[in-house]
Order: sequence, then C-alpha cells, then structure tokens
Amino acid sequence: MTTRTAPHMRLHINWTQCDGRGLCTELLPGILGRDDWGYPVPLDHTHEPHIPAGCAAEAAAAVRLCPRLALTLMTAP
Amino acid sequence: MTVDAFPEESGPQQGRLFAAGGPSLAEHHGRFGSLPEFRRPGALAALLDEAGLVGRGGAGFPTGRKISTATGRGAIAIGNGAEGEPESRKDATLLAQAPHLVLDGLILAGEAIGARELYLYVPTRALATVRAALDERHDARWHRPHVNVIEAPDTFVAGEKSAVVSRVEGGPALPRDQLASTAVSGVRGRPTLVQNVETLAHIGLIARYGPRWFRSVGDPSEPGTMLVTLSGAVRAGGVVEVPTGVSIAELISHDGGTDLRTLRSVLVGGYHGTWLTLASLGDFHLCRPSMARAGASPGAGIVHALAIGDCGLARSADIVTYLAEQSAGQCGPCINGLPRLAQLLTELAYGTATATGAATEIRRIADLVDGRGSCRHPDGTARFVRSALDVFASDILLHNDGQCEALLTTVTGHDSRKESRV
Amino acid sequence: MDQAMWALGRGTGITALVLLTVSVALGVATRSGRPMLSLPRFAVADVHRAAALAGTILVALHVLSLLADPYAQLRLVDNFVPFLGAYKPFWLGLGTLAFDVLLVVVVTSVLRHRIGVRLFRAVHWGTYALWPIALAHALGNGTDPSHVWFLVVVTVCVFTVVASVTWRLRADFVEYATARIKEWP
Repeated sequence: MTTRTAPHMRLHINWTQCDGRGLCTELLPGILGRDDWGYPVPLDHTHEPHIPAGCAAEAAAAVRLCPRLALTLMTAP
Repeated sequence: MTVDAFPEESGPQQGRLFAAGGPSLAEHHGRFGSLPEFRRPGALAALLDEAGLVGRGGAGFPTGRKISTATGRGAIAIGNGAEGEPESRKDATLLAQAPHLVLDGLILAGEAIGARELYLYVPTRALATVRAALDERHDARWHRPHVNVIEAPDTFVAGEKSAVVSRVEGGPALPRDQLASTAVSGVRGRPTLVQNVETLAHIGLIARYGPRWFRSVGDPSEPGTMLVTLSGAVRAGGVVEVPTGVSIAELISHDGGTDLRTLRSVLVGGYHGTWLTLASLGDFHLCRPSMARAGASPGAGIVHALAIGDCGLARSADIVTYLAEQSAGQCGPCINGLPRLAQLLTELAYGTATATGAATEIRRIADLVDGRGSCRHPDGTARFVRSALDVFASDILLHNDGQCEALLTTVTGHDSRKESRV
Repeated sequence: MDQAMWALGRGTGITALVLLTVSVALGVATRSGRPMLSLPRFAVADVHRAAALAGTILVALHVLSLLADPYAQLRLVDNFVPFLGAYKPFWLGLGTLAFDVLLVVVVTSVLRHRIGVRLFRAVHWGTYALWPIALAHALGNGTDPSHVWFLVVVTVCVFTVVASVTWRLRADFVEYATARIKEWP
C-alpha cells in the first residue's frame, strides 16, 4: 500500500564496487535475488529496484552494512 | 543571424558532411563560410529541436534537449570520436576529411551550454589531423575558445560516456558508476555535454543552413542524413552518407553494390546490435521507429554483412568472445557472465554442445547479465546474443547433427569450415 | 580506591583484548561473505562492528582508570605519544601505539560513507597490525602473566586470530570463489 505523500525510493547499486557479499540480498529477500556468482539481482527486472515504504528500514540497514559501500538509496520527488 | 535568414538554396544536398571536398580550412571556409554566432541563450538548442537532430553516436538522444540540460555554470563540452566499435569507420573518416565541421559544432555547442572548457576525444590515428586543423585555425587567427585534444585508447568501451568523462579528468578510460546523468554532473561534477563527432558536424551545418534544410531529406521522425559504415561481405564497403530511413536492402544493394542473394544475414548496429534475416531486409529502415519493431536500433550506423558461405553461429561466437575480452573488468555480472556466454556460444558453434540445452542456458545467462553493470556493455552483448539465437535458430539444430547451414547453402560450393577461422 | 582503579585497569584491559579478538575474527568472517554460526551475513557484519565499538569503549575505560591510578604513573600525553611513559615505557608505548591505530580505525570506520571505500579499506588493513601490538602490550604490561586465567584467556585469543588468518588465506575462503572466473583475460 502506498500513500500519495510517500517518497518513491530506489536502490542504486554501484556495480564497480559490488563484490556480491550478499548482505543486501538477506535483508531484502523480496527485492533482490542472487545470481550464479553471488551478485544481487533486482527481482523487478529494473536497473534500480523500487523499495516499498515497508522495507525502508531494511534498505537503510543494507546501505549501512554493505562492506563495499556499494549501495545508495535514491529518493525521487 | 536570425533563425529565418537561412540561405536554404546554398545548403548542400548531395553529400552534406563532405561537401567541402577536403579537410583544409580553406576548403571548409570556401564551401561553408564562417561560423555563425548565436547570441541569444537557448537559440541553438531551439534550432536543433526544430531540426529534430538526434545523436549519431548510437543512443539517438535529441540533441537540442541534451544541450539545454547540460547548460550551467562551469559547463564542459566534449566531442567524442573514440569509436571503439571495430566495424565502425565513420568517425575516423569524418575526422580525417571534415575536421573543421566537427570543430565548428563543438565550438557552437560549447557556447550554447556556456562552456569554458572544450575537449576533443579522439583515437591515436586521428590526433595528427585534428591537431593540424587546430593549428590552421590558430594561424588564421580564428579567436574562438581553445580545444583540448585528449587521446582515446583503442578499446571497445573507451567511447562510453562515463569512460570519456573519466579519461578527460585524467583517469583511465573506463566506465564509472553514476548517480546523476553526465549532462547534470560529469567532469569534476560539472554539467558536461558529451556529443558524438558526427552529431557535432551536423550542428555545424544546421547552424548555417537551418532546420528546414536539414529536414528536407530523411525520415520525418528522425530527419537529416547519417553516416553508415558498410562492412563484411559487401563489394563496396566503407563509409557512406545516406538519408535516415533508407531501407537496409537498398543500402546494401545500391550503396554496397552487393547482390543480397550472396548474403546469409546482416548485423545492424555493430557488436551491440541485432542480426536481421535476409527476408526482412526490405522491411527494415535505418531509423529508430522501424528498427524498434525488431527490438533493435540503427546504433551508430554500422551495417555488417555475413556471406552466405559463412556460419552465423561461428561469427557470433567470435564476436561475443571479443566482447568478453573487452569488458572493463569492473562489474561482477559482466566479468563472469560474458566469458560464460562466449564459452557456451563457442561450444554451440564449433563444438558438440547439445543444441536445446545450450540455447536455453545462453538465454538464461543473457537475461542475467542484462542491465547489471555500470555501463551498457552487458546489455548490448545480451541483445546481440539473443538476436543470434533467434536468427540462426535453424542452424542451431543443424549444428547439433554435425551439420551447418553454411555448408548446405554455399553459393560457390566450397566448404568454409576447412578454412582457418580467426 | 587505588587498588580498585588498578584492578579496573587490568580488568578492562583484558576484556578489551577479548572483544577486539572477537572483532578481528568476525571481521575476517565478514570478508568471506559467509554466514557464521547461525548468524546471517548482515548480522556477522553488525556484530563485528558492535564488538569493535564495545572493545573501544573498554579501551577508553582502561585508559581512564589507569590515568586515575597514581600507581600506574600514567600522564595524558602517554596516551597519545608512545614510549614516553615512566612505568615499563616500551610495553606501555605499544599500548599507546595500539590506541592511536584504534582511534584512526574507528574514526575512519564511522565516517566511511563520507571518505569513500578506498581510504576506509586502506586504514582498515591496519587492524592486522593493531591486534598483535595490543597483544604484545597485554603480555608486557599486563601484570598477571603468571596467573593461569590470564594465560588461558590470551592463549584462546591467539588461537582465534591465528585460526582466522589461516582460514583467510585459503583459496576457497570467499563464498563464491570457486564459482567466479579466476583470471581476467
């Protein structure tokens, strides 16, 4: 369920830093899968997967804990 | 100079980009005259919007809109002539034969965005002509902003937008992660316009002859002319300037001087492009709306023909092997996925892989790498691989039985598998 | 009171060493990308950080209690500049060195999203020097080397770190190491 005032959040993956450690895939299992080599796969088939408001905390944790600092949360107005 | 004061009659109709007849400043000035000035901010962008010019580097983004976005304090303009695609020669030809038109476009675009710094990013072989052209301007006392010439390495990804930005900053010519678009934040975080050299050349002409002249040829949705590199099994290969929207069949038979019956397939858009079946060549035209029906695009105008005696799977396997080697080596899915695609396709083309199993696995890996990298290299490779599996589908079954379409339908009757393949 | 400070100083010291040992082991585990002992990967990283921060707090208490104890003869400058101390200056100096490195590691870790991954990682390699220096300081300055409990604790710490580093050096250490491409053409 989304409200009209909720900001639209997307997860940006810096692929040049990502080392497929899998912390983000554990915290966001409905949003990210894992490929044959351990790297995250956006399950909505987009370049920057949408983060529903209910997963905001987990997404923030993923950004904070990623050992390669490869994640950024983007909010579109 | 105002927008409606264009001397339309004097605009070249045949061979626009090379109308000067030679690379010298004298020939350029003799044919095209001086560089116009656009005093009103936004005037050039509006003109280009009206002309409907889109980028000729492959992405086809509306040029006027790009210039409007890249306008800002400390803006930087870069002419991109890197042309990393091996089958493409158009930028090299343009820089060799009409460098002054490119420079005109770069200067105009730079002024339009308020740029203090102009760069021309070209491969080693083009450095001499570009520097010579700049020296000519200096000697003739054309007091326009200084153009910095940056050497581009001879790699496939060197012309990628963020790789260009990185190289101009003094770093390696490798793609970078971007949180904002280059037009908004590029070189050192400043608004940066990266424009293909052919697009710049068209800007140089539109500025002189106006939008109506530009639109007088070509496809109405994407008007004007474009440079096409014809390569492969065409009798008359090389760079030609054609109106946009020309049919591919006509391009190959008329400009390429080739009988279509001697071909197996045509690759449009280079190594990140799409194979087309022979039967469909008459239906497809070199413009975005037409090519989009095949899930393809004209790309940077590369049309590569495969002879009827050559195996499409083998050629595709060789190309994917090259693309895997040319990965920047920065992103996991690309580093791991592209060599895997190359290996699977090579086994399918040259080895004894089980046909249906291999094709399914190839599609799975292609879908896996698509969109998962900091540049479009895996995306383009995935598109190319899918088109190879589609167009050469019947050949996959033949290969499974140790046969090959190239063997069965050779015009001259020779066994091309006995020849060495590089 | 002084006895209490001295006891507190020793107690916090050895506890800090244990916590930093746990942090090193979990830091290595974080690098492997594997879950560990029923902890999912994100928890391994989280507990690694928590242990490091707890260890840092213990180090701070260790320093404060010794500053408050006249028997330790510790001045504030000795906390930051090594080898100037009065009591066993060499071993104390190692402790100071460890404290300095710990300070830089903690600050760069807390600010890692600002300074970027390269600088953060470069400084973080310093933890492989931090731990042995801290251990040497504990052995040289910790006044209970003859007490069995002290030796047992230190032995377990050493064993943990040696085992972690040995694991770290294995070819299949990283979770997807065997699945990923080995050499770049």
